Amino acid sequence: MRDVAIVGIGQTPVREHWDKGVRDLAVEAVLDAMADAHIERADALYVGNMLSGKLSGQEHLGALIADYVGLEGIEAVKVEAACGSAAATLRQAILAVQSGAVNIAIAVGVEKLTEMTSGCTTNALAMASDGDYEAEMGLSFVAINALLMQRYMYEYGVDKDDFAAFTLNAHANAAHNPNAMFRNRMTREQYANAKMIASPINLLDSSPIADGAAAVVIMPTDMAFDFSDKPIRIAACEVATDTIALDNRANPLWLRGVECSARKAYRTAGITPEQVRLFEVHDAFSIMAALSLEASGFAEPGTAVRLANEGEIRRDGRIPIATFGGLKGRGHPVGATGIYQVVEATLQLRGEAPEALQVDDVDYAMAQNIGGSGATVVTTILERLERK
Amino acid sequence: MTRKLKPNRDVGIVGYGAYVPRYRLAAEAIADVWRGGQNATLPVESKSVPGPDEDTVTMAIEAAQNALRRAGIAPEVIRAVWVGSESHPYAVKPTSTIVAQALGIAPYTNAADFEFACKAGTEAMQAAIGFVGSGMAEYAMAIGMDTAQGRPGDALEYTAAAGGAAYIFGPAEEAIAVLEGSVSYVTDTPDFFRRAYQKYPEHGNRFTGEPAYFHHVLSAAQALMDELGLKSEDFAAVVFHQPNSKFPQRAARKLGFTREQIHAGLLAPVIGNTYAGASPLGFTAALDEAKPGDRLLIVSFGSGAGSDAMSFIVTDRIEEVRDRAPRTRAYIERRQAVDYATYLRWRKKVKVH
Amino acid sequence: MDIPRHWRLHNQRYKLEGSRCTRCGTLAFPPRPICRVCRSRDMEPYTFSGRGTVYSYSVVYQSPEGFEAYVPYVVALIDLEEGVRITAQLTDVNPDEVYIGMPVEMVVRKIREDGERGLIVYGYKFRPPLTA
Repeated sequence: MRDVAIVGIGQTPVREHWDKGVRDLAVEAVLDAMADAHIERADALYVGNMLSGKLSGQEHLGALIADYVGLEGIEAVKVEAACGSAAATLRQAILAVQSGAVNIAIAVGVEKLTEMTSGCTTNALAMASDGDYEAEMGLSFVAINALLMQRYMYEYGVDKDDFAAFTLNAHANAAHNPNAMFRNRMTREQYANAKMIASPINLLDSSPIADGAAAVVIMPTDMAFDFSDKPIRIAACEVATDTIALDNRANPLWLRGVECSARKAYRTAGITPEQVRLFEVHDAFSIMAALSLEASGFAEPGTAVRLANEGEIRRDGRIPIATFGGLKGRGHPVGATGIYQVVEATLQLRGEAPEALQVDDVDYAMAQNIGGSGATVVTTILERLERK
Repeated sequence: MTRKLKPNRDVGIVGYGAYVPRYRLAAEAIADVWRGGQNATLPVESKSVPGPDEDTVTMAIEAAQNALRRAGIAPEVIRAVWVGSESHPYAVKPTSTIVAQALGIAPYTNAADFEFACKAGTEAMQAAIGFVGSGMAEYAMAIGMDTAQGRPGDALEYTAAAGGAAYIFGPAEEAIAVLEGSVSYVTDTPDFFRRAYQKYPEHGNRFTGEPAYFHHVLSAAQALMDELGLKSEDFAAVVFHQPNSKFPQRAARKLGFTREQIHAGLLAPVIGNTYAGASPLGFTAALDEAKPGDRLLIVSFGSGAGSDAMSFIVTDRIEEVRDRAPRTRAYIERRQAVDYATYLRWRKKVKVH
Repeated sequence: MDIPRHWRLHNQRYKLEGSRCTRCGTLAFPPRPICRVCRSRDMEPYTFSGRGTVYSYSVVYQSPEGFEAYVPYVVALIDLEEGVRITAQLTDVNPDEVYIGMPVEMVVRKIREDGERGLIVYGYKFRPPLTA
């Protein structure tokens, strides 16, 4: 298989983009990434998205976006895996380039969540869960994650207020990310007083509903230095699944999909978790950050909240997470999020992160994008390349 | 001319089950809002209120499950599911098929919804008696269940309540109470009605009393006692339709029954008027306390108007089945007060569209 | 509303009808076409008792569309006595009385209504036990 590298990145700010539709957002990110890679053509376009059909009345995004970025005629399809859509899309692009079928591929993730009323969007997001047996029973996606958090607190004796460490870290980082939705710092007091959405998950445990798009251009590593001064090698991009419904998991507090995807990624990249310098975690909810840290091998079961409170998830900690604000601070345009994570990890590896966010000596950065409450997990490990 | 109804084959109740929702609204809470707290003569103390996820279907299912537990028969052998109510959730689409499906009685069964104001439940019971008594079926289920609605501020709002009971009729040999005979008595008396597409009923105030409730209840009860050659003292307990606390007690007095005889089945003071569920539910409460050999009388009343009176003799089997399901009092004692605003919200009396 | 979908599931919703592997006896809810343990495809319907305990729960204050009338309501993961876990709402209980390990039993309740004109969906919820 051919080795693959990222040679261009693009992103729109994560906002409530009242003046832009799903098409506009995707086009902006793709054109940015193409400019960054100094390309005018590509062989294939993969579009990650979860809800354009339900919320924008638009499917068939592959052909639509290809047309509007001036690539009409090329191979283009949409890929969907709920909140894991974007990284799943990247995986398809990587497979295409690795196989030799495609030389230059673009993967874009796009989501436009602010088109409808919030109730409608809540219902749409719940489509990530089991429709007949979770959503139809009145469970929002927040409620499903709340079931995990409640049990976690019970089983490990963790205080609700201690989860604040994840929120505080995310907002502190987002404050320095010009593309982040929330650029305000948070206090423990604000966290403790936040409005409850589905107990014990409050507003500040939850990532916001947002619009955005992010894109990467990939190609075989042996071509990469012709297009970029700082190409970033994709050391691994591995997908695993788990049952979609929480109730079908023997131990819901152990994300098997995360464990499996992360292990495969470490093996493919030939590294151990200790070599991962930073981790773009899927912190859609504080509890997901904790569970992902544990199942990815960065903390023992039941200890991730302590890890966070000891400061180890901050930029100067043992395993910095959400270095650009994560889903909580940057925002969570669901079907775009996985590529935002990869774009941010790429900036870290290039040394192009804002000064206050730049992590030192990054050789390997990991991003993990999760669809549903752990049902689809895509773990990507990126590596800095030196010109030979 | 005989006025009595009695099948050729002896028939009885083989299973019974009650249901009353958990929530109660105090009559005083209504009077506070609508009468400036003038609460000297309220018709009941409190009434039962269905939870926001309850309706005649869900309540009928639970009462029917209780009846099935007591009967100890397989659901598939029941050949009819008849649900009497004035609050069927659908105007067109039977409540009874949902109940039959949920209990595993479907598909080889008769199913229909009955409507006769507060007499719809006993009307279904009469039909089930005939169905089994003719030999067409071994077992038939009859349910009286309602989530009654009163217009906010109207006199009916104090009493319009939710609850009811389910009965399975079968051969007398398997019965916990064997039917002695019944009388149905109806006339065209428009004391209370609800026109199609209207949300709340209209009623004739005091006209609902003498010419309606008392005339029909007393006529049916007296005719049955005459036909069976019985006097009031022959009955261990009697249950009347109970639109409020007062009416059933007055009817009892007029027929020569004592307080002790109506005590077990008089539920209206604490749960209000459960309409088609009222006399069937009072009767489950009476069965809960009955002893083998007791003779029990049930007299319904439905506006429009009519009464069914039925006399049963309790068998030894009652002791065996009584505690296979929760007693009526278990539901009545399970109570959680709701305030008037919550009640308005749950009962969809707050206009949101 | 998607009427056939709700009709199709009525035995699951009203009676907790799941499946049982005829080869190894593994139970499942919802029913599955293939056994998760032994991969047998020989499955038969199995009706669960409806008794269980709360494994986890959440009080929903911000509901999906269609559930506004019930807010606040409690959702839970319930361990059925047969050893299968299920997701459902709790009913007839005050949110502050719910705890992990609380015994519950299944009842049929309204899940939601499609407005004033559409279908009423009925299905399982769980409440503190009343029946013996």
